[in-house]
Amino acid sequence: MAHETPLWEVFIRPRNGLSHKHVGSLHAADEVLALQAARDVYTRRGEGVSIWVVPSKAITASDPDRAAEDFEPTADKIYRHPTFYEIPDEVGHM
Amino acid sequence: MYSQGLIGADGATEETPEFLARFQARIDAEEKIEPNDAMPEGYRRTLVRQIGQHAHSEIVGMLPEGNWITRAPSLKRKAALLAKVQDEGGHGLYLYAAAETLGVSREQMTEELLSGKAKYSSIFNYPTLSWADIGVIGWLVDGAAIMNQIPLCRCSYGPYARAMIRICKEESFHQRQGYEIVMTLARGTPAQKEMAQDALNRWWWPSLMMFGPSDADSQHSDQSMRWKIKRFTNDELRQKFIDATVPQAEFLGLSVPDPELRWNEAKGGYDHGPIDWDEFWRVVKGGGQMNVDRIRDRKKAWDEGAWVREAALAHAEKRAARKAALAAE
Amino acid sequence: MAEQALTGGSDPHPALFDAVLELADDHLILGHRLSEWCGHAPMLEEDLALPNMALDLIGTARTLYDYAARQEGKGRGEDDLAFLRVEREYRNLLICERPNGDFAQTMLRQLYFAAVMEPYWAAAVDSPDAVIRGVAGKAVKEMAYHVRHAGEWVIRLGDGTDESAARMRAAVAELHRFTGELFEESTASAALVEGGVLPARGDLRGPWDRVIGMVFAEAGLEVPEVPFPQTGGRRGLHGEALGHLLAEMQYLQRAYPGATW
Repeated sequence: MAHETPLWEVFIRPRNGLSHKHVGSLHAADEVLALQAARDVYTRRGEGVSIWVVPSKAITASDPDRAAEDFEPTADKIYRHPTFYEIPDEVGHM
Repeated sequence: MYSQGLIGADGATEETPEFLARFQARIDAEEKIEPNDAMPEGYRRTLVRQIGQHAHSEIVGMLPEGNWITRAPSLKRKAALLAKVQDEGGHGLYLYAAAETLGVSREQMTEELLSGKAKYSSIFNYPTLSWADIGVIGWLVDGAAIMNQIPLCRCSYGPYARAMIRICKEESFHQRQGYEIVMTLARGTPAQKEMAQDALNRWWWPSLMMFGPSDADSQHSDQSMRWKIKRFTNDELRQKFIDATVPQAEFLGLSVPDPELRWNEAKGGYDHGPIDWDEFWRVVKGGGQMNVDRIRDRKKAWDEGAWVREAALAHAEKRAARKAALAAE
Repeated sequence: MAEQALTGGSDPHPALFDAVLELADDHLILGHRLSEWCGHAPMLEEDLALPNMALDLIGTARTLYDYAARQEGKGRGEDDLAFLRVEREYRNLLICERPNGDFAQTMLRQLYFAAVMEPYWAAAVDSPDAVIRGVAGKAVKEMAYHVRHAGEWVIRLGDGTDESAARMRAAVAELHRFTGELFEESTASAALVEGGVLPARGDLRGPWDRVIGMVFAEAGLEVPEVPFPQTGGRRGLHGEALGHLLAEMQYLQRAYPGATW
């Protein structure tokens, strides 16, 4: 337990055309081993065609205690959505 | 599962009645709780304990089945069993990672397993004595585990629920794999059928015990239900398991070793004989035939792997230093 | 066995059965060895990586046994060939049967084997034999990954701590004496090499030396002189470890003859 093997976050692109998606974490001493481990752990059933690994400690996360000030102010900006605008049906799909 | 900044952080929250009520309201509204969210210390502790135990069970669970990998009777069975035991390792890994979002490290959890402080599913303290055990474990033990795990996919804690979804998806082949083995034996030679019946006799009661003590005696149940960490009681799940499994045994022409087993039309389920809870507690407390061996094996793998883990870290430091030196030039 | 193959069919090359069996045995025995690690690896991530490699090898072995059995045409199947021969009838390379030892030995053994099989299968993708071509197309990718995975570990252990470096050097001393056999042709394989069905092992020496040289340079290891190279697997002349492996592997098939599993 002298020092612990670092933690990595694993992102996988399921197929070309889709973006990488977070699938889980693992431990590895360096980025090469992390990539290999990600391949061995998270793609055993054809789950992906590309892998990203990121040191967990490199991720900066927003603070859930500030979620209200971060995310709620957008709730009333309904003019950003197409349904805010009234267009007669005769005009057709727009 | 990236709340890892939390490891070692002070997770303490001031638990005023208002805070607890707000938290409970989120749970009641089926909102998921995510790693950095404020949560009652009891919720965090319950999850760390439960996810940790679950992870340990997967890891220790590799041993009894691993005992037959090198003796699997055909190449097909060998590959399937190896893939299955490998999956258990993967599931342990996903679960450790889920627990790590709550501020414990895998190393800490491993130390707790090896020191005997943390528990794991008692079923793995029984020995695997024949090839039929591999079939029956897949059929009953994985069957019981799946019964337990499906509701956990809706657990209130996001990382645990997500890990469980992945696990349940992967595990769907495990039970079928086991049942197919037992079916092959039940339809095989008399000696094979006897082997299958013997395995069922030995694993039936321990499988029922996997759902934990009766609701009347379960110490953690109520609060876990309120927090939606748990969604069904031990007895409810056990009943579901028996009702699903007995017809499967009948199909195989094997008999369930419970003379009191009867269909109860009124409740629409089977009545069963008394479970030997003394045996259950004896094994939980370390009295199973394999408790000592299982921990010894895990400890051996961990201790003998130390030099490998250290070497990888040492090399990583050298690499980083070389890279830095190169960049400085 | 050569006789069986000779009387078995008319069209295929008479040595094909034996040559395919040799390859199948290599993959099964090494896959079996790797499978012994499952649940006992130095870290959980390797508990997943080692079975992945074992499953690659066992998968290849199955296809090859099945092919050999069909060549023979005597009603034997993959499991008959895999489980019901005696020690002297197994034709695997000696390095495949070597006990796992520590993690350093296991990774080095894997590197040695995969570094020869990657160019082997790469050459075999052009074989006129459709089954060999099919196996080669799949196995060449698997072996490329095994080289990478095992190679990265050999580098880390060789250039890690003092202890890991010492263990890695011990692994080289233990295993290097079995590497000469990787490049030997048996009577059966020589016949098929001549027919252009299988790649010539002699040609693999260069690519193998290059890979091992690169890995060893990074790992701080030296390629040792081998005063007494060991060989004999292709003639069924094994070490003592193989018999124990087989006793374990064959137990159920032997204890319940004729049963279906």
